[in-house]
Amino acid sequence: MKTIVAELRDVRRVYQMGATQVAALDGVSCAFGQGEYWSIMGTSGSGKSTLLNILGCLDRATSGSYTVRGREVSTLPDDELSTLRGREIGFIFQSYNLIPQLDVLENVLMPLQYRDDPPPDAEERAMHLLGRVGLSERIHHRPTELSGGQQQRVAIARALVTDPAILLADEATGNLDSKTALEILDLFDELHREGKTILLVTHEPTVGARAERTLRLKDGKVLEVRENRV
Amino acid sequence: MKHGFQAVLRTGVRSLLLHKLRSILTTLGVLFGVASVVAMLAIGEGASEEAQEQIKKLGSQNVILRSVKPPENLASNESTRVSSYGLTDTDLQRVRESFPGVRRAVPVRQLAQEVRYGDRVGNPRVLATVPEYADVTGRPLSEGRFLSTEDERRRLNVCVLGYEVARYLLPFRSAIGEQIKIGAEYFTCVGVLLPRVPLSGDPPAPGSEVTGEVFLPLSTGRLWFGDTQVKIRSGSREMEQVELHEIIAEASAPENVPMLAAASREMLTRRHKQKDYEVVVPLELLLRAEETKRIFNIVLGSIAGISLLVGGIGIMNVMLATVTERTREIGIRRALGAQRRHIVVQFLVETVVLSVGGGLLGIMLGVGIPWFVEYWFGMRTVVTPEAPILAFLISAGIGVIFGLYPAWRAARMDPVEALRHE
Repeated sequence: MKTIVAELRDVRRVYQMGATQVAALDGVSCAFGQGEYWSIMGTSGSGKSTLLNILGCLDRATSGSYTVRGREVSTLPDDELSTLRGREIGFIFQSYNLIPQLDVLENVLMPLQYRDDPPPDAEERAMHLLGRVGLSERIHHRPTELSGGQQQRVAIARALVTDPAILLADEATGNLDSKTALEILDLFDELHREGKTILLVTHEPTVGARAERTLRLKDGKVLEVRENRV
Repeated sequence: MKHGFQAVLRTGVRSLLLHKLRSILTTLGVLFGVASVVAMLAIGEGASEEAQEQIKKLGSQNVILRSVKPPENLASNESTRVSSYGLTDTDLQRVRESFPGVRRAVPVRQLAQEVRYGDRVGNPRVLATVPEYADVTGRPLSEGRFLSTEDERRRLNVCVLGYEVARYLLPFRSAIGEQIKIGAEYFTCVGVLLPRVPLSGDPPAPGSEVTGEVFLPLSTGRLWFGDTQVKIRSGSREMEQVELHEIIAEASAPENVPMLAAASREMLTRRHKQKDYEVVVPLELLLRAEETKRIFNIVLGSIAGISLLVGGIGIMNVMLATVTERTREIGIRRALGAQRRHIVVQFLVETVVLSVGGGLLGIMLGVGIPWFVEYWFGMRTVVTPEAPILAFLISAGIGVIFGLYPAWRAARMDPVEALRHE
């Protein structure tokens, strides 16, 4: 039995739209084990983004429970939620979301900057990760001087620098050409082999099929959970 | 945490450098505000120092007792009468001997005599006094010497001319050694004074186109002109008997001046049956000048304050726009673990860097303007060390005050919304 890293239990997320209430998530339950590689799929409007926000601790469930490493998230105050994101969640966005005025190394170091106790070896750690994603030569470049694939690699290094519980990738290959996308997906496979827990939110079946398991959403409910045979 | 703050500062500066022109334009408001604060303080301080120095030259340590013709005598209708009033030698004696905190006291008689050289005639103030007068009133000589104790003891017919009188009587040559006719007597001119700035407490020279003064020894004055003076008015002759027109008492230290002034007023009230005197205290004029300076500073301060306020609003405006523009960055930072306070600090640091940057440039400009004013207009300016420090603190304060709202707006954003922002 694997350790559970993150677990959703009957999570509902209701938005108030004028007079009516819309349930973007309507009783989602799922447990993500340590070292597992998941894809979360669904068409637009299926509740994918809402689930991503809750998994990423950017938003709280209206009801139900969400725990990360055994810690209940739904009741945390804003500051602790921020700290939790900084420690346990490694975000990888579709549009990379690097800070343009910082260079590559500074972008990777940024999540550690917000810790009360930044690790003393922060810089070595960042350099090591940039080496891993093949960007040792570019540490003082600005994001705008890099290609899309390179930017996404920087973003992955940034996500890894805090050694988070979950790597949360949101359409991470959506802005890339197919060759570069494959390179990034290969990198995810590599990270998976090293034992990282990866949640890949996507609407592309080919991308979703790369993960061990797929959670498929429809209308805010879990449609199916499927093991992918690679 | 220290490392963290350095990173925040570095990021802040870099974000500002990303929009160089915008940042520079934003700082202009504070720059000019601070520059005007520093420059105005320097010019105001210079003007006031100059005024104070002038008053001090006229004797801020002095208390001047002056004879004044009492009002009932003015109403007199008799065609000829002798009115006797004013300060006496006894008053002088009392001031000299029994006053606390007085160093010396100088008697002055004013003589209503015509002054003539050749065909040039004038009616300047003719003052009979003692040698210490020049020291006590701080009147420097332009040439020759002032009255001496020898002149006084031997009742010599010598005189010292004020600059304006010398220029009037002898426009094109030195007056030294010349025979000046005062009343019916001839006096040898031994010295000429430097011109002086008129003081508001001075009585004007009566009915004369010549300003300024002529000095002669007190003893000589008594010898030739006595205590009684004849004034000819329209249709009447008026005789006045006044022993001394002025007693200038010098305090032993500036802090003794109020005591000396009070003692003088008290003594005169007690000894004189009628109000035939007045007490003029240059120090009080000085205090009035201080008050004027204070008002001047308040007015200048308000003007500078308004420009700083406008500068602050300018910064706030730009920062609000910046916050909107960088919504996505805020979302990213929040997603990567930044708490609200981190966002507040980040934007606050940027605002303070803007305003302090403007402040520092403003201080440089503000120190430069007085230098320029002094160089081109010859006005005195004094940059006190407090002015730049004050200006610096004000600009930092503006950064904090006008930065808080934009920073709070930034921190309040919902990270989900912020990340979605294009």
